[in-house]
Amino acid sequence: MPIKKLLVANRGEIAVRVIRAARDLGIATVQIHSDADADMLAVRIADEAINIGPPQAAKSYLNVDAILKAAKDTGADAIHPGYGFLSENGTFAKAVEDAGLIFVGPSGETINLMGDKAAARVQAAKAGVPTVPGSDGVVDDMDEAASLAADIGFPVMIKAAAGGGGRGIRIAEDAESFRKFAPQASSEAMAAFGDGGIYIEKVIEQARHIEVQILADGSDAIHCWERECSLQRRRQKVWEEAPSTALDPETREKLCQSAADLARSVGYRGAGTVEYLYDDKSGGFYFIEMNTRIQVEHPVTEMITGLDLVAEMIRIAGGEPLRFVQADIAAKGHSIEVRLNAEDPANNFMPFPGAITGLDVPTGPGVRFDHMLFQGYQVPPFYDSLLGKLIVHGENREAALARLGRALVELRIDGLSTTEALFVALLEADDVQTNTVHTKWLEPWLEANVETIRNRMQMEGDTAA
Amino acid sequence: MVHEVKSPIPGTFYRKPSPEEPPFKEVGDAVAKGDTIGLVEVMKTFHEVKADGDGTVTSFEVEDSSPVMAGQVLLVLG
Repeated sequence: MPIKKLLVANRGEIAVRVIRAARDLGIATVQIHSDADADMLAVRIADEAINIGPPQAAKSYLNVDAILKAAKDTGADAIHPGYGFLSENGTFAKAVEDAGLIFVGPSGETINLMGDKAAARVQAAKAGVPTVPGSDGVVDDMDEAASLAADIGFPVMIKAAAGGGGRGIRIAEDAESFRKFAPQASSEAMAAFGDGGIYIEKVIEQARHIEVQILADGSDAIHCWERECSLQRRRQKVWEEAPSTALDPETREKLCQSAADLARSVGYRGAGTVEYLYDDKSGGFYFIEMNTRIQVEHPVTEMITGLDLVAEMIRIAGGEPLRFVQADIAAKGHSIEVRLNAEDPANNFMPFPGAITGLDVPTGPGVRFDHMLFQGYQVPPFYDSLLGKLIVHGENREAALARLGRALVELRIDGLSTTEALFVALLEADDVQTNTVHTKWLEPWLEANVETIRNRMQMEGDTAA
Repeated sequence: MVHEVKSPIPGTFYRKPSPEEPPFKEVGDAVAKGDTIGLVEVMKTFHEVKADGDGTVTSFEVEDSSPVMAGQVLLVLG
């Protein structure tokens, strides 16, 4: 049944993005908000807004009962969870359906299956997707685990089955540190996630992070090509592109196809992302996890394919079959996204909430700025620091890099420290220019270049102090 | 002499290092300059709040897990 009124169970820039997609489809929108978000951009542009609780996320954006009540009170027939918050909570997805509403995403069952990182690994292997050498699912016996780790070859990663977003990961360099860390990781996972299950994976040194966007309708699945997100700080992506220049056409085809195969094997429904590590030296790719929601960096895929991924996921949730076959999904040119966070890159990325006292938004050919800002907006301290994403598109990577430089010159966010200066500095780095990077590249580069960033911020008057 | 310890940053104030542990300080406890009296969570990162004076805690002005503004009084030392 087509969705008539969509409740957006999120905030910030992704809430704005979802409202835009819904409005384009002629669907009415309800924006929930906490006490701290009554004036946010998504509230201003939605058809209706409803307060669901205090600033703390646990009492508002994570409060299932309050969200379901808001949907009932406003007559919404569907809920879009965005990313973060309840977007990968299978119990929430099921509660939404049990309340007679549509959850814009896969079933709670699929979310739970792919959310259990060890089970997802087993499922990937079953679907013929290469996985990082490691344990078959969760390991219980520590002696067995230690001998398995030695067989795989150190260093190995010890991961929490219930973890995610880089949390609950430890690296053991040798057998001795493995025996020390494995029980620690298990009890930590128990405390953090209520599940002490751990599994082991080989560390792929100097790997790239490459992920594949998929769309599926419960029976068929297609891929929308890959993104590379190797520039990460503390396992958080800061810069994403599509396509990846590291892949040759044959590897790209195999990798992207494997993601669609995995989605099909679980009867996936909606938009999702299958994440891989890619080893330049061997040309091998390895499944790491699947995210069962829209991702922050989805716009780079939209820029090269011309798709509106959020609109497609809403259509699928409303019961439409996939509107495309694989051959319809062409990729054109190159796109780059950078994340503008309210953080001070010259001061160890200290969060920087405050008021937006001035704002110049870059426009022109090939530039898109997905954000939550307006002049006078007070950025609250209670949620994550993402203010917006600057996205560019060019006929090739070189053109996209030039456009990013141009757009960063035009962009001005006053009143806060943001990560803008980081990207201006990164654009000048040779390794970034040639995309000779891996997931451990950025942190040492930051240590070596913090003075450059600091000087640039002082020159531009970017320090709020 | 009365001394007020204020939050240096806006966010959510916590009196405990983690939900399972006891509070850093209780009313009646002695506090020395530099002691951690609580945490403020700002944009998903945690920052320790250190006392900038000495004394004995006479009152908490903010409850555990409550929103605070920068400069808001967290506790009073007597």
